[in-house]
Amino acid sequence: MDNSAFWDEHNETMPREELLQLQLERLQVVLNRAMRDIAFYRERFADIESVPDGVKSLEDLAQLPLTSREDLREGYPYGFFAVPLREVVRIDTGPGLSRAPTVCAYTRNDLKHWAQLAARVLTAAGVTADSVVQIPFEAGMFEAAYGFVEGARLIGASVVSVPGGDYRKQARLMHDYRSTVLVGLPSDALRLADELERMDLGPRGLWLAVALLGGEPWSEQTRSEIEERLRVETLDHFGVRIAASPGVAFECPAKAGLHINEDHFLAEIVDPETGEALPPGAEGELVLTTLSKEALPVIRHRTGDLCSMNVEPCECGRTFARISRPSLRADHRIVVRGVSIQPEAIAQALASMPGGPPQYQVVVGEHAPDDVQIRIAVPSQAAQAGLHRIEQAREKIERELAALLSMQIRVSMVEPSSLGEAAGEMQPVLDLRVQPSADS
Amino acid sequence: MLTLTSVEASYGRVKALRGVSLHVEAGEIVTLIGANGAGKSTILKTISGLVHAEAGSIKFDGQEISGWSAGRIVSAGLCQVPEGRQLFGTLSTRDNLLLGAYPRRSRTSKAAIAADLEEQFERFPLLSERSQQQAASLSGGEQQMLALARGLMSGPRMLLLDEPSLGLAPKIVRQFFQTVVSLRDEGLTVLLVEQNARAALQIADRGYVLETGRIVLEGTAQELLENPEVQRAYLGRGYKEVWE
Repeated sequence: MDNSAFWDEHNETMPREELLQLQLERLQVVLNRAMRDIAFYRERFADIESVPDGVKSLEDLAQLPLTSREDLREGYPYGFFAVPLREVVRIDTGPGLSRAPTVCAYTRNDLKHWAQLAARVLTAAGVTADSVVQIPFEAGMFEAAYGFVEGARLIGASVVSVPGGDYRKQARLMHDYRSTVLVGLPSDALRLADELERMDLGPRGLWLAVALLGGEPWSEQTRSEIEERLRVETLDHFGVRIAASPGVAFECPAKAGLHINEDHFLAEIVDPETGEALPPGAEGELVLTTLSKEALPVIRHRTGDLCSMNVEPCECGRTFARISRPSLRADHRIVVRGVSIQPEAIAQALASMPGGPPQYQVVVGEHAPDDVQIRIAVPSQAAQAGLHRIEQAREKIERELAALLSMQIRVSMVEPSSLGEAAGEMQPVLDLRVQPSADS
Repeated sequence: MLTLTSVEASYGRVKALRGVSLHVEAGEIVTLIGANGAGKSTILKTISGLVHAEAGSIKFDGQEISGWSAGRIVSAGLCQVPEGRQLFGTLSTRDNLLLGAYPRRSRTSKAAIAADLEEQFERFPLLSERSQQQAASLSGGEQQMLALARGLMSGPRMLLLDEPSLGLAPKIVRQFFQTVVSLRDEGLTVLLVEQNARAALQIADRGYVLETGRIVLEGTAQELLENPEVQRAYLGRGYKEVWE
């Protein structure tokens, strides 16, 4: 793969000193505008004398409070808009159950920047004007697909966009259209591999060279499996809905962390408990400040994702700092198919079971990165009492969860002893996609 | 080439710049736009050493220049062409130009200065025709050309232009800005302060929008031209067209 492929070589390889100056200039603009235009931040910073004029360096940002998911919810729907609605050209709403979902808004310039960022991600993955890029449109990944379509359009690649879910059709199109790049979820790639094998279409009959995957955590093991079964190079990317998804960070061919688009996002790693800034290399929660967003800028937004940051130069030539592949969440949410699920939502759904809230365990990623299974403990005497009733209850919960989370979740009834009996300590969520890193 | 980091400046008790950060890369035309009193000219004066920077850093070619005398800054290759031309009205065009070379008199031969003078007369033939006329007798456009040519006589690598279009007819403004573009193409770097935001953004690579001593927008010239806030406040495109 061509290591020298950049979409925006000037910015992607900018000397760090210049990059930090650009970040400071943009940060000061963001603070000046937020104080002028966003009531929430004006109130939040009212008692802080140093805002906006006291932020003289990037380090000074650490004096400001963090913006949490709850803060953003408070502003639903328009509270965080920094421009009049007439200047907003696109509004997206994050998936999820809450009555106040995450709002994403874009001005014309925001959409242009987003497409540029997506083009960087695609170019780093080797996409060129000659590529045929297959992008499935999924419910939870709709925006991501939109962003990638716009990025691919800038590059001039041919986009094959297909409805998500229908893997048979996707496999057929992948073969017939000679797709060279797949953009999607890791679980998509595995399902496609299944389907291609079933249809006897791959991987020799395919032109596929690259799979650009993200939207849910995937282990190195899954990565090897995908690379082997589809005979492709896989690259990871990372987005944050309110900032840019895709477009916050992306892997380069060196595959040694994800480069943050630091000219558009200021990234910090903080201790999720205390909020204190952590040095490079330490794992903590990723906090983002948008540096170019006009419609809905966020200042020190807690992403909930845990990772570490590396500011050492990368062999690819990019000067952007890198984050480790985020897999764990500080808020224990489960991210599947681009949707983040609050474990409490599952608990609530189960609380209404006859006989009261059961003992249960959520197991994620047993067969694929999007495989979610809920194991509910049923005492053996109860099981004997009414197998039929238990099956009815199981089906009912499956239906309810599917409606609630807009995705299929397997529910199974198990012996209480099989729920992590080992140490007598049962983990409510067992995420098998997350492999403890070698050094921890 | 030029980098300002959190620069502050005051006139007496009035804070004019409240932490301004901006940069200009070599070979760029960067424009500062904003309303009257936003601090645009103060930024230029602070860079060129005419106004004291109370805080922050100003680096030219990596060297800290805040605190330097205005003369030393010109000698380093950074030259301001002031607002309202500020020519020596009773002196001839030619003498005004020669005065422009004054800061480098000690390190440049007379022959070299004479050659530069010829170069300016070539670039601005009108000034050549009027070389013996008093500067005060020139038209507004000619005076602006003279002010620019005088600035060029100092042998700058970077020009700071303060409201050059002020009081000029639109056609003259276009000519003047074309000259600025060709100077950039020859290798000069330009920081341009303008009230005529449209004209400035049309020739600039990037721009910053200033409001009460703070930068409230930055971007490529194209982004700023298309920004509704800039269109409303500085390009005279109000809401009118929305309900027309």
